[in-house]
Amino acid sequence: MSSPDDRKYTKEHEWVMIDASAANTAVAGITDYAQDQLGDIVYFELPNVGDNVAHLGKMGEVESVKAVSDLFSPIDGVVTEINEKLLDHPELVNEDPFGEGWLIKAIMADAAPLDSLMSAADYDAFTAGN
Amino acid sequence: MTATRPDTTGHFQSHYIPNTTDEQAEMLASLGIDSIDQLFTDIPDEFRNPVLDLPAPMSELEIQRELGGMAAKNRSLGSGPSFLGAGSYDHFIPALIKPLITRGEFITAYTPYQAEASQGTLQVIYEFQTLICNLYGMEVANAGMYDGATSLAEAALMACRVTKREKVSVADTVSPAYSAVIHTYCQSQDIAVETASPNNPTLDSETACLVLQYPNYYGNIEDMQGLVDAAHAQGALAVISTDPTAMGMFQTPGHYGADIVTGDGQPLGIPSSFGGPYVGLFATKQEYIRQMPSRLSGRTVDKNGKTGYVLTLQTREQHIRRERATSNICTNEALYALAATIYLAAMGKHGMRQIAELCYHKAHYASSQINALPGYSLAVNDPFFQEFIIQCPASPAEINRKLMEKNILGGLDVSDRTPNGMLLCVTEINSREDIDALIAALSEFK
Amino acid sequence: MQQGGNRKTEKLLLQRSVPGRVGVVLPDLDVPAQPMPDQNLLRDELLLPEVSEPEVVQYFTGLSQLNFSIDTHFYPLGSCTMKYNPKINDEVAFQPGFAGIHPMQPIEQSQGALELLHKLQGFLGEITGLPAVGLSTLAGAHGELGGMLMIRAHHLANGDTRRTKVAIPDSAHGTNPASAAMAGFEVVELASDKDGNVDLQALHEVAGPDLAGVMITLPSTLGLFDTNIIEVCRIVHEAGGLVYGDGANMNALLGRVKLGDLGFDVAHLNLHKTFSTPHGGGGPGAGPVCATDQLAPYMSAPIVTEKDGVYSLFTPEKSIGKLSGFHGNFGVLVRAYTYIRTLGGAGIMSISGNAVLNANYMMNALRGVYHLPYDRTCMHEAVFSADLQKERGSSGLEIAKRLLDYGFHAPTMYFPLIVHEALMIEPTESETKETIDLFIQALIDIDREVTENTELVNNAPHTTPVARLDEARAARQPDLRYQPEAAD
Repeated sequence: MSSPDDRKYTKEHEWVMIDASAANTAVAGITDYAQDQLGDIVYFELPNVGDNVAHLGKMGEVESVKAVSDLFSPIDGVVTEINEKLLDHPELVNEDPFGEGWLIKAIMADAAPLDSLMSAADYDAFTAGN
Repeated sequence: MTATRPDTTGHFQSHYIPNTTDEQAEMLASLGIDSIDQLFTDIPDEFRNPVLDLPAPMSELEIQRELGGMAAKNRSLGSGPSFLGAGSYDHFIPALIKPLITRGEFITAYTPYQAEASQGTLQVIYEFQTLICNLYGMEVANAGMYDGATSLAEAALMACRVTKREKVSVADTVSPAYSAVIHTYCQSQDIAVETASPNNPTLDSETACLVLQYPNYYGNIEDMQGLVDAAHAQGALAVISTDPTAMGMFQTPGHYGADIVTGDGQPLGIPSSFGGPYVGLFATKQEYIRQMPSRLSGRTVDKNGKTGYVLTLQTREQHIRRERATSNICTNEALYALAATIYLAAMGKHGMRQIAELCYHKAHYASSQINALPGYSLAVNDPFFQEFIIQCPASPAEINRKLMEKNILGGLDVSDRTPNGMLLCVTEINSREDIDALIAALSEFK
Repeated sequence: MQQGGNRKTEKLLLQRSVPGRVGVVLPDLDVPAQPMPDQNLLRDELLLPEVSEPEVVQYFTGLSQLNFSIDTHFYPLGSCTMKYNPKINDEVAFQPGFAGIHPMQPIEQSQGALELLHKLQGFLGEITGLPAVGLSTLAGAHGELGGMLMIRAHHLANGDTRRTKVAIPDSAHGTNPASAAMAGFEVVELASDKDGNVDLQALHEVAGPDLAGVMITLPSTLGLFDTNIIEVCRIVHEAGGLVYGDGANMNALLGRVKLGDLGFDVAHLNLHKTFSTPHGGGGPGAGPVCATDQLAPYMSAPIVTEKDGVYSLFTPEKSIGKLSGFHGNFGVLVRAYTYIRTLGGAGIMSISGNAVLNANYMMNALRGVYHLPYDRTCMHEAVFSADLQKERGSSGLEIAKRLLDYGFHAPTMYFPLIVHEALMIEPTESETKETIDLFIQALIDIDREVTENTELVNNAPHTTPVARLDEARAARQPDLRYQPEAAD
């Protein structure tokens, strides 16, 4: 299954997409590859609404039963919304990582960093090599 | 001890090691070598097979004699009236505990990482967690820590993680040994440790927690609500080391709003054993659960819908999170958590209350009798449970020597805190005869 | 196996409770009743069980029967050294003169206990070649913390505040980096080379003025004796650092080599592994720290000293302080002492010889059936990878679970982290050749099952009291205590 090409990807297996519904806002999550590697996800530690996030800076953690991984923000900006559903249903990210399983939305201070990220094709080549 | 030359060719048949020389030969042949020593050639020649200055093996019969002799050189608590507490308590231990904890399936089992092979251990831990929560009035408890001191130190570290502050305030009525351990744990993490007076704790917005003991080390019950409120007023956590036996009658730290409650489970069916093994108790609020150290047993179901138990939230622990773990703790005191669980089950609701009241009444009887002796007085008038300080007409060291001549173990010398102060402990173990003998002996000093 | 009625273990204590039942009868108060404290100091309710003594015994007996244990099953858990726990050790520890003594009673009344501890210090110092021994640390990880704090104290005493880093192999047990972090160090990971030794080039790169030391497990967690160990110690010392030894795998080295001779500065031992004290379902243990004379002044307090035949407790002059409430896990220390006296020097050699022989015998028999990532003489344990089986449909986890059906406790899985689908197997010296042969055959049979009946393997275990458990649910909806209204 190839990754959706309406968004960009980081080497740490996050994706970011422009959110059409709000000005200057992007939405981010983790990829299908990431959720598969993690296994059953049990918990997210996400930033709070209003927090600053830095491009590729650590923004939180994701826990599965047997592992914990850092989450890195593809967006540089201020968090406007987090996916509250994940508090009670972290498994949404296993089920629909590119849709219902989004993690955060943030207003971008600067959209330029997104250009340095991988396209869907590049990301799929990257993970195939792993 | 005479040095044993490294005899790598000779054979010693230990009763713990089944392989005979024939079996060894068979196995060596399968490996294409002819001596065990050849398996160790990765060890550099100049260091291999060093002189080992250890005694010769002993038969079990000789072990019984020798170790029996060593044990006989120690005065056991049961050999005469004993009134020493100070963090290790002589309480009644029901007979059913030992045969249960020495069952091979409990005592020789490993840590329950393979849940399907460890349901006994895991369900016991779940029970332990439940009963400790109920005892302390808290929302979640872990599978146990090493002892009361390290449990308290880890609670202080946890408070720093939760509040993101780097200063810990420890009441001066907390056990000196426990305070010392807190200092050792905090020093290397650049966490400042201050001393607070319970009468006037000076905290500020940099304080992560106020550490208290309940009853305090000197036996007294402080204004727990006031102290918890003082901590919360500064946004600090209230961390309270709490005696479990006192919980048979006294209000829970949870009721006062404690954020983390620790303690030593030794009074719950575990012998004094010269200081260990004991079991550290640790309970906190649900919201802090991910910052808790040590193991947690959680109830779940198997793939057939049957109820079962697993270690859970393991991502807090060292084997997953490594240098970012909540603690380095791995092996804890599981067998003694089991002992405490059996104790709490057998004692139950009624027994815990009765034990606490027996300790309370006997200690208060003793203190009022001693207070009435010329030359003696009760040092502090605050409420107490089973321990109290008396001021003596002579040094506690001298008094204890005289008591020991009558095979009575006196209290702890606390003259560094109170002139000629002795910290006495009276529990349900002490009969009226014991107590009256103590009083008679003390009355010989005036 | 399980009996009927309320001997079944499903019901928890609070579910079995019947108001009015008691599990103990206590004496009446034999002194005049005293004025009670203020009502507002007293608790209102106490939710503890109300069950009779027979019920308690039946319930806990039933629970015990749900466990695998060394006494009931072969337990070849790598790095855990699940050897026989001698019963005489328990008997000795339970004597009133050991179990019934107070840690703060006058030392004149505890000379037998202090003598035992002093002699145990001597034995452990002799075995490790690190003569300064402290017995107050209560588990291996606790000993690690103590040892790392001693290294920290040593550098600070030299006025050297730059040494903030500790290098730890990628194969190390999780407690190593966790302990180093607790001791205030930054952890740097050291790669292993293709032979499973510490990569010397990688070590050279970190061996600088900011290196406080390294933590080395010997033999490594791969069960291999690092043939470069002398050089590792030399490189670290030349850079001004110290070498910490994780003694968890000491069962392979007893009497064969002394850590002090190889260049280690400080190490801990796991008495509940190497020295036969019982694991107890997760503890208690004891993790004594053994160090060079140079580091002796920093040892955690107390240690036991002897003068003119009198034994005392002593705090070393520059001690890092107390790490435990009293003097250590005395009941565990008694067992280890008894074990060492029983075996003596000759027995100590026999332990390592047979442990290593059994592991190599087993490794050799399984070579070709399971992939051996490091095909060289192993020490007391061998690490296999279930890579080949994974390709055919079953992972290491599934093979381990299937072993439970054969009546064997699974070996250690997924550790060390650097081996994929790792299965770490340690038979120990106290198992018979017959048992080891049965275990070898079971692994061979399971390998065949992976091809012929993959489903059976992947749905294992089938014969244990519970089947595969829903761990995700346990973590997502933590249920960590029984609450009457909620659960029923």
